Amino acid sequence: MALPKRRHSNSRTAKRRTHWKLDAPSVGHCPNCDQPKMPHRACPNCGYYKDRMVFIPKES
Amino acid sequence: MRHRKAGNKLGRNTSHRNATLASLTTAVVEHKRIKTTLAKAREARKVVDRMITFGKKGTLAARREVLKTIRDKEIVRTLFEEIVPEYADRNGGYTRIIKLGRRIGDGASVAYLELVGFENVITAKKKAKEKAKEKAKEKAKEKAAEKEAETAE
Repeated sequence: MALPKRRHSNSRTAKRRTHWKLDAPSVGHCPNCDQPKMPHRACPNCGYYKDRMVFIPKES
Repeated sequence: MRHRKAGNKLGRNTSHRNATLASLTTAVVEHKRIKTTLAKAREARKVVDRMITFGKKGTLAARREVLKTIRDKEIVRTLFEEIVPEYADRNGGYTRIIKLGRRIGDGASVAYLELVGFENVITAKKKAKEKAKEKAKEKAKEKAAEKEAETAE
């Protein structure tokens, strides 16, 4: 059976993993209250989705 | 192979899944809007739309077909008498899903599943709820004030 000929150093492993990166989530902003908001979701701050109030936000 | 077998099994066996979808469907017809996970909303909307299509037929046979899923005669009556007339001019697309983001406990995507055209009913209900809450709060405040007055005496 085929087996590795040489030991794989920690450095090689690390070099391979340099391409494992996380993408930042694309955050939009709410047209109603201008707070940051995830795209295609109701605004958690003001409860609006597009032009319509979807839920009444909690006061805190 | 599961080629072309669309749909989410929701991690349940057939009977459990059918029961879940039936209860979600009943809740949508009764309350016009429900909050559930995105996956369940997407599966349930298929059933809800099918029920409304049955409702449009309006026959006794269609009503009995609906009763297989919504096992409550009163709720089926609201489907036939309140909901279906609203959709006379609409061919499909009776439901709307509004994504809400992720739930804190388990990170599940949550969404509203609502009947298109019943937004006013929903907001009216919500407002009534909020008012009730505010009243409860005021009462609590009054009671607290009374107690304070008593202790001051």
